[in-house]
Amino acid sequence: MKRLHLYLLAGILAAIGLGGFSHKLFVLGFPFQPDERTDVWRVEVQLKFEAAGGPAKVSLFVPRRTEDLVIVDQSFVSPGYGVVTEPKPGHGIRAAYSIREAHGTQSLYYRAVIQPARVRDEVSRDPAPALEPPQFDDAQRVAAEGLVGAARQRSSDAGTLASLVVKSLKEAPPGGEAGFLLGPRPTSRRIATVAAQLIQFAGVPARMVNGIVLAPERRDAQFAHWLQFYADGRWQPLYMNESDRMVPHQLLAWWRGSVPIAEVSGGSALRHTISTSRSYELATRTALNQQRALEKKLIEFSLFGLPLQSQALFRTLMVIPVGILLLVILRNVVGFKTFGTFMPVLIALAFRQTGLVWGIAFFSIVVGLGLGVRFYLERLKLLLVPRLASVVIVVILIIAALTVLSFKLGLERGLSIGLFPIVIMTMTIERMTLVWEERGAGEALQQALGSVAVGVMCYLVMNLRIVEHLFFVFPELLLTVLAVTLLFGRYSGYRLTELYRFRVLAR
Amino acid sequence: MMNWFRTRALLERNGVLGINRRNAEYILPHNPRNCYPLVDDKALTKQLAAKAGVAVPELYGVIEIQQQVRGLPQMLMNYRDFVVKPARGSQGDGIIVVTGRSRALYRAADGSLLDDHEMGFHVSNILAGVYSLGGQADKALIEYRVNFDPVFEAITYRGVPDVRIIVYRGVPVMAMVRLPTRLSGGKANLHQGAIGTGVDMATGKTLTAVWRTEIVSEHPDTGNPVSGVQIPHWDTLIELAARSYEMTGLGYQGIDIVLDRDKGPLILELNARPGLAIQMANQAGLGTRLKLAERELPALRTVADRVAFARDRFAHAGPAAA
Repeated sequence: MKRLHLYLLAGILAAIGLGGFSHKLFVLGFPFQPDERTDVWRVEVQLKFEAAGGPAKVSLFVPRRTEDLVIVDQSFVSPGYGVVTEPKPGHGIRAAYSIREAHGTQSLYYRAVIQPARVRDEVSRDPAPALEPPQFDDAQRVAAEGLVGAARQRSSDAGTLASLVVKSLKEAPPGGEAGFLLGPRPTSRRIATVAAQLIQFAGVPARMVNGIVLAPERRDAQFAHWLQFYADGRWQPLYMNESDRMVPHQLLAWWRGSVPIAEVSGGSALRHTISTSRSYELATRTALNQQRALEKKLIEFSLFGLPLQSQALFRTLMVIPVGILLLVILRNVVGFKTFGTFMPVLIALAFRQTGLVWGIAFFSIVVGLGLGVRFYLERLKLLLVPRLASVVIVVILIIAALTVLSFKLGLERGLSIGLFPIVIMTMTIERMTLVWEERGAGEALQQALGSVAVGVMCYLVMNLRIVEHLFFVFPELLLTVLAVTLLFGRYSGYRLTELYRFRVLAR
Repeated sequence: MMNWFRTRALLERNGVLGINRRNAEYILPHNPRNCYPLVDDKALTKQLAAKAGVAVPELYGVIEIQQQVRGLPQMLMNYRDFVVKPARGSQGDGIIVVTGRSRALYRAADGSLLDDHEMGFHVSNILAGVYSLGGQADKALIEYRVNFDPVFEAITYRGVPDVRIIVYRGVPVMAMVRLPTRLSGGKANLHQGAIGTGVDMATGKTLTAVWRTEIVSEHPDTGNPVSGVQIPHWDTLIELAARSYEMTGLGYQGIDIVLDRDKGPLILELNARPGLAIQMANQAGLGTRLKLAERELPALRTVADRVAFARDRFAHAGPAAA
């Protein structure tokens, strides 16, 4: 009876899940595979500020078409605000949000959909540039003359001159002419600004461009800066670092010059966050446009209807059930022993940020050092809760120290250790100590290895691009995962490890 | 790969019970959740047993809150030997057996010495739930140390051997004697390296033993043969087991009994999730016996019926133990 009930339930869930999946796949034409070729990007800017109570006005630069990228669609989500866009000569296009009266924290959004241009736009629509010689004081002028003079001697045309200037600024020794112009600890933005000034100083029209790199899933995109100089009758790009040079079709120019992206009047504490994502929805836009109104609503109420930041979060959330199902199989069918029920899945989530090799290395180091500290604390005879709390604090210290250390050693990956689930690590250390003392080191290490092995397997499955794509585009598949998990709830066969354990009884 | 399928088929044929099947078909349906506290909390088990008129090791005292830890030395003053254990402990973790004193120090069964401070810390750990299932707050029990019956002296390395009987809805289905080894640190727990010998349900004589996953016929430390030892009071033991069903209401449970030299069989604890290694100790599958018991259950009305059934049907079938 219970069995029938379970089978019915699982069957219904699986049918709904697979039904929704196939409807979307075959009728609505959603892509089954993450399509590499349809680079359709979504960019979202979130502006937040504290309104002073009176009229408020926020201006925001918006991106425009470049040689390689076209802005297909853009929208301004700003309840109660009026929005006008106006060109700002020399800088770009600016959108102005204004409202009569605003109180408290205000959130404004700008969204754009961007596609690679099919035909490269060769014609520069900018008017012939006017040279704007920079304002230098006497000391700066001397330094600038030295730098530009040296570059001019070794260059043959405007292009080589510009890149020599950039090179001398990037490799500036502190105390030299370049170092003096840049000031202490120059940011890449500062370098670009000074480079633009120097190239102008040398008589070549130049300007700094601010933009972002379009990445598949970025919750807080940072601006990149590069230069354009005018030669041979058109603006030519000059990239400040190698990585930008590689991806012109993913580099979205936003605005030019050294003015800030957004400004506010009638408010304070203006912040902006920019997120980017590769859009799957748009890959099937033509298919969607032919659907009836009801079905369009259905799409609106899917995960695609969420703001980009939340979408990025759900991309991660939706793969967790897959990891959990794998965990169920590994524990109940194979018979892996792990610390804590879901610890390996959380470890796998952390691995997604750190990468596999680094993840395992960091995990081992943190748990190893934590164990050492825990064994030392054992001698102090502390009560359980303060002892656990001490281990949490030590784990955080270890993580902080490792992050700083690995960053100083030039390992960028180190920055993501902070994403390890600290409390889970602490419980792992505590459980491991107890098992170590009660059952011996062998058993403790065996369970630790089991946990990491399961974590790695979950990571490998959860990190498959097709898995992430499928569960984000077809969330109803989770019902099927649930159905399978329910069925495993009644699996009463042997575990693989039991075949080994009871082998003496197999006669 | 083929080998696995063969092993699986053979295990199936021998009626070996796996952990998934034990949980899905015996523990979940037959052990009502509200009965768990009765066996998970050894203080409650003792009360229950006392009510049913079953002998248990005498309780000297209970420590329930951290404050009482200070009074521990006074509480222990009158006893030369005793056992400290967590009320909700599992798998024998957190148990300290004190066999005597050396000046102000307690001498533990494994030979180590503890002072009052260390004993207090251990009790604090117990209270904080270090050894309990799921880490809940716990109580520490201080009780009579069993002077075990010398019958197992030759095949025990320190510690207290005990008899584990699996009882399915009142029918004793399988039994084993758990003998501590050097590896198990004096604990009668198979996971920690103790050995378990099978028991002929008809006679109460020991059979060969399992150590880890191997079948052994001698005790690894003493070298003496483990089979053919007659468990004293077997009639009482098997009857105690049969009566335990009515006591707790758990359809599938393990009952752990120690044999005291002076007081006879004492119930040490009951277990709602008894382990499966007992099958290797007996070289027999639990599944077969459970099915048999299930089929015959309607006809078994009294405790005596169930005992008689068990002795008759679950007698050791193989060649007589040496």
